[in-house]
Amino acid sequence: MKISCDEATKICDQNQYKEASFLDKLKLTFHLFLCKKCGQYSHQNNVMTKCYEKHKLFEIKKNNCLKDEEKKCMKEELKTKI
Amino acid sequence: MNEIKKHILNPEKWIDLHADYLFNYTITRISDRDLAKDLVQDTFFAGLKAKENFQGKASERTWLISILKRKIIDQYRKMNSAKGRAEIKMSFYADGEHEGEWIEERVPSSWEAEVEKNIESSELNAVLEKCIGNLPEKYRTVFKMKTIQDFDTEVICKELDITASNLWVIIHRARTQLRKCMEDNWFKK
Repeated sequence: MKISCDEATKICDQNQYKEASFLDKLKLTFHLFLCKKCGQYSHQNNVMTKCYEKHKLFEIKKNNCLKDEEKKCMKEELKTKI
Repeated sequence: MNEIKKHILNPEKWIDLHADYLFNYTITRISDRDLAKDLVQDTFFAGLKAKENFQGKASERTWLISILKRKIIDQYRKMNSAKGRAEIKMSFYADGEHEGEWIEERVPSSWEAEVEKNIESSELNAVLEKCIGNLPEKYRTVFKMKTIQDFDTEVICKELDITASNLWVIIHRARTQLRKCMEDNWFKK
């Protein structure tokens, strides 16, 4: 049952994506019961996930299209090769 | 028997018809905008060169995507080279008697009580973007595909040719690094 802080926080990270196994979650809970540092990490990890969710919306809003002048350049370069 | 429609290539129209689609496909997998643009351009050039091999069985776009996919995989391979493997600051002792324990200066310290309010600030994105930008290329790619683009674990593993346990180690290191970076530049500033 005993795991290191490195392993515990790894499971904690995996759990943020809901992909930690049952056994791993059990080991994590046991570890968090004894380790304050990882408890802090686990708590902050939830905050970080919220930040990433927010960042996701920001990235989606970013225009993921090519600009007109970029396309124009591409066109010209392609023309020379046709 | 019905005649199957044969697709033909029309390179003059490639940019108008497919450039945005290919670019969008690339940018979700390669976070660097300029690099993504170059890969799309290279795909069109490669398509021209290989024009004779096009058999008309798939649509023009499908055919171009298959070329692009190979270009992206080549790019991932490059990430595994020396440059892409830039050092990541470890949060835990890798060996010795303290193996797996927190490295002293990377232990999470307490954040202020107004953390919840703090993350609503619009400036947070700029700081977070910088922290993500500081990650080595491979870590950044895996982290963003998993966290920002919401790709399935299997898809990422397949595309990047890594194992699931490898993926989780990368995600773990990226996240501990990002936590520390945000602590220093946002939460404790």
